[in-house]
Amino acid sequence: MSNQAVLFDVPGPKAKRRILVFNVLGGLFVLGILAVAVNGLAEKDQFEAAKWTPFLEWSTWQFTLLPGLLATLQAAGVAVLTSIAFGLLFGFGRLSGVAPLRWVCDVVVEFFRAVPVLLMMIFLYQFFAKSTPMEASNAPFAAVVVALTLYNGSVIAELVRSGVFGLPKGQREAGLAIGLTPAQSLRSIEIPQALVAMLPALLGQFVVILKDSALGYIIGYTDLLANAQRFGAGAGNMLPSLLVAAAIFILINMLLTFTAQRLSRLLGARAGKLLQREDAIDPEGVEAPVK
Amino acid sequence: MGGFFALFEGYDVVAAFWMNIQLAFWAAIGSLVLGTVLAVMRISPIASLRWFGTAYVNIFRNTPLTIIMVFSVLGLWGQLQVNFVNDFDLNFFMLAILSLSLYHAAFVCEAIRSGVNTVPLGQAEAARSIGLSFLPAAWLIILPQAFRGAIAPLGNVLIALVKNTTVAAAASVAEASGLMKTMIEFRPDVMTQIFLTFAIGFVVIVIPIGLLTTWASKKLAVAR
Amino acid sequence: MRKTRYAAVAFAAAAALTMSACGGDSGTDAGGEDTGSSDTITIGIKFDQPGVGFMENNEPSGFDVDVAKYVANELGYSEDQIEWKETPSAQRENVLENGEVDMIFASYSITDERKQRVAFAGPYFIAGQDLLVNADNNDINGPEDLNGKVLCSVTGSTSAQKIADTQPDVNLLEQGGYANCVTAMQGGQVDAVTTDDIILAGLASTDANSGKFKVVGNTFTEEQYGVGISQDSDQCEAINTAIRTMVEDGSWEEAIMANTEGADYSYNDELNPPEPAACA
Repeated sequence: MSNQAVLFDVPGPKAKRRILVFNVLGGLFVLGILAVAVNGLAEKDQFEAAKWTPFLEWSTWQFTLLPGLLATLQAAGVAVLTSIAFGLLFGFGRLSGVAPLRWVCDVVVEFFRAVPVLLMMIFLYQFFAKSTPMEASNAPFAAVVVALTLYNGSVIAELVRSGVFGLPKGQREAGLAIGLTPAQSLRSIEIPQALVAMLPALLGQFVVILKDSALGYIIGYTDLLANAQRFGAGAGNMLPSLLVAAAIFILINMLLTFTAQRLSRLLGARAGKLLQREDAIDPEGVEAPVK
Repeated sequence: MGGFFALFEGYDVVAAFWMNIQLAFWAAIGSLVLGTVLAVMRISPIASLRWFGTAYVNIFRNTPLTIIMVFSVLGLWGQLQVNFVNDFDLNFFMLAILSLSLYHAAFVCEAIRSGVNTVPLGQAEAARSIGLSFLPAAWLIILPQAFRGAIAPLGNVLIALVKNTTVAAAASVAEASGLMKTMIEFRPDVMTQIFLTFAIGFVVIVIPIGLLTTWASKKLAVAR
Repeated sequence: MRKTRYAAVAFAAAAALTMSACGGDSGTDAGGEDTGSSDTITIGIKFDQPGVGFMENNEPSGFDVDVAKYVANELGYSEDQIEWKETPSAQRENVLENGEVDMIFASYSITDERKQRVAFAGPYFIAGQDLLVNADNNDINGPEDLNGKVLCSVTGSTSAQKIADTQPDVNLLEQGGYANCVTAMQGGQVDAVTTDDIILAGLASTDANSGKFKVVGNTFTEEQYGVGISQDSDQCEAINTAIRTMVEDGSWEEAIMANTEGADYSYNDELNPPEPAACA
C-alpha cells in the first residue's frame, strides 16, 4: 500500500493525536466485542480445558484431523487438475472459429457457472451411488471432485477467454500481419500471454476449490470438516472442533493467497501491465476472484 | 414422467426458491453496507482500522461458508443466545442472512478496493488540494467513482451470494437445496429431472444478474 | 463408557484401514496380522454415532459394533479379521448389493421397502423414537409436552416431522448432526432432541455428556434393527443363532449397559431382547 497516503495528507502533530485517539477507540471497540463473545462462551463452559486439551494430543491429529485434511487436500488437488483441464478445453472451445462448437461451449460454461456447487454435489452423489456401477463408498469423493470441476472449470474457461480478450488488440493484429491465420495467432501469440496474465487469478481460484470442498461433508465425504464434527460429537467439544478446522482452512488459504500475490508481483512486468493500471491508488491489491 | 409432475404438488418448489431470493436480497444489502465500511477502513489513515479490515477480510474470505453458518447457529444462537426476533423460524432466517452478509462482505470489500484502483491518483490529489479531509474525500470523490468501476466484480459477488444461499440449509432454513435433497431421496427414479428443474431455476435467476451487471458496468463506467 | 485402550493389533489394523479408506479402494489388506485363517469379513457400521457406531482414534465402538464383533466371532472371524467400513444411511442398500460389505450393523431398520433390495437377519434390537432432554428437565415426558418448545433433529429427518404433524406449535430446528443438537441443548436453546432411543442414549453416554442428559423413555415408534446382508447370502440362520447366543449368555445386555452408561436410559423391556425373525 505504498501509494495509499495520497488519500490523506501526512498527518501533522494535531492529526497524529487524533489518529492515536481513534486507534485506541477502535482497538477498544474490537476488544470489547471479543470480550463479550469470549465471556458469553466462557459462561457456557466453551473454554473449559477438557474441551481444548484433546487438540494437544497427537492421537487427535493422527487419526482425525490429519486424515481429514489429507482427504480435503486430495479432493481439492484432484479437482484443481481436472478443473484446469476442463477450463482450458472449454476456454479454447469458446475461442474457436467453429460457431456451433463455440455455442456449445458457451452454453456449458454459462450453465455450470450458474448452478450452485452444493446442488451439483447432492445430485451427483445420489447419481453416482444409485445409477452407476461405481462403488458407493467412492461416490462422495467422485461427487465432490466432479461438482468442483464443473463449476471451477467453467470459471477457468471464462478466465481463459477474458484473458485473451483483455490483450491489447495490437497483439492479434501483429500476428495477422506477419501472415498467421487467426487460429495460429490465437495459439502461438495470444493464449500464451493470456495464460501468464491469468495465473494469479487461477491461484485464487484454488482457494475457492479448497474452501468449497468443505461442502463435501454434507454428502458424507469424510474431509477435514466432517472429521472435525465427528470428533466434536464424540468428545463433546463441537465448537472448539469447528474453530480448529476453520483455523486450518484459513491458514492454508492465506498461504495460497500469499503465493498468488507474490506470483502476480513476480509476473508484474508482464502480467501487471495487462491487468492493472499503473497509476492505481492501491497497485498491490490483487483483485481476489470471488466464488 | 407423469409421476414427475405429480411430485410438484407435494413439494412447494416455488416457496423454496422464494426463500433463496429473500436471503440473497437481504444479505446483498447487509454485505454491501458492511463491505463498504470495511473498504473505507482499509484505505483509512487509522492503522488499527486498517489492521482490523485486513484481518476481517483474511479470516472471513478464507473460511468455508458452512463453518460460518454452523457457527452462527451453534455459537451465536446456541451458546450466546442471540435472538433477533421472537419468531423461531424468522430468527434462523436472520441468522442465515447474518452469516451470508459477514462472509460476502469480505468479497464486497475487495471488489470495492479493486474499484478504488480504477480511480486515478489525480482524483485523490485534487480532493486534497481543495481541502477535503479523508472521510469527505473518500465519500464524495473516491467511492462514487470506485463503485462505478467495481460494478462488474460486485456483480460477481452478487451471483456468488445467490448461489451460496443454498448453504443456508445448515442454518435450518427451508430453501431449495434442502428441498431438492428431500425430493431426490424420495424419488430417486426421476432424480435427473429434479436436479435439472432446480438447476434451471438458478440459471434463470443468475444469468439476468450477470447480463444486467455487465450492461451496467459498461453504461456506468467512468470514461477515461 | 468408552474404552480407550490402544491395543497394538487394533492400531495396526486401523492404520491400514485409514489408508484404504482414504484411497477409496476396498482391498482386503486391512486385516492386519491375522492368526491362522487369512479370511477377513467386511462389516458396515456408522462412524459418527457415539455409543452406537463410532470411530474414534481408529477404534470402533458402540452397541452395533459390539453386536457385530460377537456375531463375527460366532461366524469364525476374530476381531482382527474384521474390516470396518463406514456405511452412511444413503449407501446401505448399494454397498450390500454390489458386495462392498458382507454385513451391516448400522442402526438399520428392517422395512418392507428395503427387503426388496437386501435381506435382513435379526432383529437384534428394537429401538423406538424417543426424546433426549437435559437431566434436570422434568417438564417433557413425551411428544405431547413439546408444544411451544424447541425440538432438534437432523436435516431431512422424518422423525421430527412426525412430531410436528401432531404438535403444530413445536419449533423445529434442523441440524447437520445430532451432536450439533446436543451442543445447542447444552447452551440452553434446545429443549429436546429426537431420534431412536438407543442413538440418543449413546450420545448422552459419552464421557463429555455423561450425567448431563436423560432419555425420556417413552418410545412412540418401533424400529427393528436388523443385520443387513445381501439377498443371496447364506449367513442369515447363522447370524440369528449368534444373536440368540449373545442374548442367552448375557453379552447382549452387557453391551447395551456398557454403551449407554450415564444416559439414564433403560431399553424398552417389553420388546427387548427380540427374538430374531425367521429367515426368508
